[in-house]
Amino acid sequence: MKIPFKYIVRSLFTRRLTTAITVVGVALVVFVFVAVLMMANGITQTLIGTGSDDNVLIARKAANGEISSIITNDVYGVMASLPQVARDADGKALITGDVVVIINLQKVGPDGGMSNVTVRGVSAPAFQLRPQTKIVEGRMYAEGAREIIVGSSIARRFQGAQIGNTIRFAGDNWLIVGMFDTGGNGFNSEMWGDVRQLQSAFSREGAYSTVTFRLTSPDQFDAVKTAFEQDNRLQEFEVKTERQFFADLSEFMSIFLSALGIFITSFFSVGAMIGAMITMYAAVANRTVEIGTLRALGFKRRSVLAAFLIESLIISLTGAAIGLFLASFLGFLQVSTLNFGSFSELEFSFALSTDIVLLAVVFSLFMGFVGGFLPSIRAARLNIVNALRSA
Amino acid sequence: MPAIIEVQNVSKSYWRDSFEVPVLNGITFSVPEGEFLGLMGPSGSGKTTVLNLIAGIDKPNGGSITVAETNIAALSESQLAKWRSTHVGFIFQFYNLLPVLTAYENVELPLLLTSLSKTDRRKHVEAALSVVGLSDRMDHYPKQLSGGQEQRVAIARAIATDPTILVADEPTGDLDKNSAEEILTLLERLNKEFKKTIVMVTHDPRAAERAHVVRHLDKGELK
Amino acid sequence: MKVLKLMLKNALRHKLRTTLTILGIAIAVVAFGFLRTVVTAWYAGVEASAANRLVTRNSVSFIFPLPYSYRDRIARIPGVETVSFASWFGGVYIDKNQFFARMAVDAQTILDAYPEFRVPPDQLEAFLKERNACIVGADLARQYGFKLGDVIPMDGDIYPGKWEFVVRAIYQPRDEKIDGTQFFFHWTYLDERMKANTPARAGEVGWYIIKIADPVDAASISSQIDEMFANSRAETKTETEAAFQQSFIQGTSLIINLFNFISFVIIGIIMLVLGNTMIMSARERTKEYAVLKTLGFSAKHLVGLIAGESVIISALAGGLGLLLTYPVVGAFSLVVPKSWFPVFYIEPSTIVLAGTAALAVGIAASFFPIQRALRTSIVDGLRFVG
Repeated sequence: MKIPFKYIVRSLFTRRLTTAITVVGVALVVFVFVAVLMMANGITQTLIGTGSDDNVLIARKAANGEISSIITNDVYGVMASLPQVARDADGKALITGDVVVIINLQKVGPDGGMSNVTVRGVSAPAFQLRPQTKIVEGRMYAEGAREIIVGSSIARRFQGAQIGNTIRFAGDNWLIVGMFDTGGNGFNSEMWGDVRQLQSAFSREGAYSTVTFRLTSPDQFDAVKTAFEQDNRLQEFEVKTERQFFADLSEFMSIFLSALGIFITSFFSVGAMIGAMITMYAAVANRTVEIGTLRALGFKRRSVLAAFLIESLIISLTGAAIGLFLASFLGFLQVSTLNFGSFSELEFSFALSTDIVLLAVVFSLFMGFVGGFLPSIRAARLNIVNALRSA
Repeated sequence: MPAIIEVQNVSKSYWRDSFEVPVLNGITFSVPEGEFLGLMGPSGSGKTTVLNLIAGIDKPNGGSITVAETNIAALSESQLAKWRSTHVGFIFQFYNLLPVLTAYENVELPLLLTSLSKTDRRKHVEAALSVVGLSDRMDHYPKQLSGGQEQRVAIARAIATDPTILVADEPTGDLDKNSAEEILTLLERLNKEFKKTIVMVTHDPRAAERAHVVRHLDKGELK
Repeated sequence: MKVLKLMLKNALRHKLRTTLTILGIAIAVVAFGFLRTVVTAWYAGVEASAANRLVTRNSVSFIFPLPYSYRDRIARIPGVETVSFASWFGGVYIDKNQFFARMAVDAQTILDAYPEFRVPPDQLEAFLKERNACIVGADLARQYGFKLGDVIPMDGDIYPGKWEFVVRAIYQPRDEKIDGTQFFFHWTYLDERMKANTPARAGEVGWYIIKIADPVDAASISSQIDEMFANSRAETKTETEAAFQQSFIQGTSLIINLFNFISFVIIGIIMLVLGNTMIMSARERTKEYAVLKTLGFSAKHLVGLIAGESVIISALAGGLGLLLTYPVVGAFSLVVPKSWFPVFYIEPSTIVLAGTAALAVGIAASFFPIQRALRTSIVDGLRFVG
């Protein structure tokens, strides 16, 4: 492509306002595109970080999420006796049956509506299974007492969810004695208490929602899976790695947000593309004499086509860069929403990934190409004599 | 002297909406090497059309045009583009410099179509600019130059690749008396000293005076 | 009205550019209209609420049950006409992706509480007679091809085990605002299995639906109910149906805000496209505006010309966009399972919003070029080469 690059770049600067407007248009489209994908990714990342590959989580096969799963005591006993269940130094099985329920609490702040918070009754091994869960303020709940600890996200976002408050549910007052932090995974948006206390409070004695245990080693997963398929006492239950289970809980939201976001963005990206097209047509119209001169000097049609196409691509890439730059600041935001998969509140951060950046760049190149294509063809097809005459 | 340009029985018409307007009707003439030819005629006589055809930016409907032994009427568009870059130097009435490029970069433009290295290109550009006497304005943009200076840069651009012929379309049409003088003197010099074959279309009788030969076109016919 | 003619001619001067502008804006309007439709669909539950219905649920959260024994006590409160109830069944039909509302209800009273679900009397009778009969919404029936007499198998999760239901009635929603994708069966069928397998869970109800005689009494009856059950094992929270539906969406306020934000961005893009075109056009006509000024046209005329052209374009584009939104929304409804977005149609508020936005943008986009035209002196204008 023989037309000098500096000609292309400098030509962009001669029509500053109109180029700027077009760039802003592309930037807006890319910003929204990236923001939505960052949101979906943020939810997924938070939930993926919730589980580990060292643990497996068992729920009832048909269950949609933990709250609709039921595992009775006898089945729990079968699971606890599996050879793949790891034991700690004292020989205690690293297994926990969790009771998972949802309570309604009022959010803090101007939005101030109600939302659902997950309350998880756990047994002592749960803290060994999930070592990222650390008490950062106050103390651990006492077994046998109506006490609970709250994740830092809940303490932050809900009214009456701080240390020292009591929350009323199941006909009793529960005292919040401590706050825990998990470094930003899904458990941060939960409240934990003693499983026996919660079982009795909710009349769920004799049953758990889900069961989680540590594998003797991660490669034992397949062995466990086979055990579940073959033992007919376990056939109604499904085993996944803990990480996979929570990742799956993000699936619905993630797909919903991504699909809707991409669908809508594609639509109004056409608006930006047309804006680019209008700008490029005007550029061609204003430089007709220049184009004729270049052709007269001997530059070929395809060089002219390439020059204008590149101009259009520069505009869209610049817009993409701005959009991406602005969107990256969203990464500092911590937001919270109801996760459809678990039907309860989840705090997360917008998360950028290389895939998202790549997609944004490709998308913007596409916009620049489509927007610039027809005008570039027009520029290339100009008849030399007519172009020169239009001075 | 051998003819460097041979126009044989060339006709050309244009289409205005759905009307066919014949402009040239089988004209024949030749231009010997080293000649300075002036073409004059009233508006619509076809003189610019003849220029465009010789320069290879337009194609005749009939006949042949041979420049330096190449029948350019038979070349494809792509071939013509390549041919133009080495064989023709253009000088337009309104200079047609690219406003976003400096004088240097404008003169360098046709050289980019050759395979010369950056250093060699520099040599050619500097030589051309010194011939037209604008070496000190290399880095100026067209809007920083006067009309006469712009035209001189345009001429430098036209000679930068050392083309076979120079074609000029009303080169003094937009200039005041003094600048016009400068340009015409320059063209004369290019013809006498550098032996350049020049075909110039003009309205201006003073410009015509400087040419060796003046021919008149009227209604597509050469007198 | 010669000025109007001039405006139109101006707009038509650059046909390609005007066409592209209208097209670009129209498509953005479609995006806007579609997005608003999604947001209004979100609130469908709230919109469909009746002022004379209250919902009583466990005060801890929706997932905890209430005793069946509450029913008679609620029914005795003055002003209460009908007491019905429902339990969320959940379960899996075919696979986890088949989502629609599945509930066990008080068969005798449910249609009384929800008159907007229309069931032919003979079907209703058939439903009442059979213990594992079910009622499906007409939209759901269409989605899955259910016919009267079909057997629908389900895998329970909250209520484990294999279940089978027979379609004995299909309800027609009263209008497009009403969800036609719901599935009801006899609560007694659910309860009898609980009595047999897990007696601890028998006699439990998900939530109560209370039809009251006068909407004015909503607040007082609500407090009466809650007071009645305060300090019991299952404390209640009673509110209007609208408030109950609203509480479901409150958790998703982040997403709704996201959608609203995107709506603004779309408007912004429309403004940019139109503004860009208007600036270009005005720039090209700088000399003409100067000539008009010399002829005696005043600032007022110029403002009218430029703003008028801008508004004509945005009005045309807005109209075109709104027209196109209908097929897009329609296509979406066809492609996406009805049960995911049971109520999905373009509300009048969306049309008004889009129309107003188009008009506002039309005016706003002309600010810059008007400013420029007014500020350029006649002399400078005549000299303009562009």
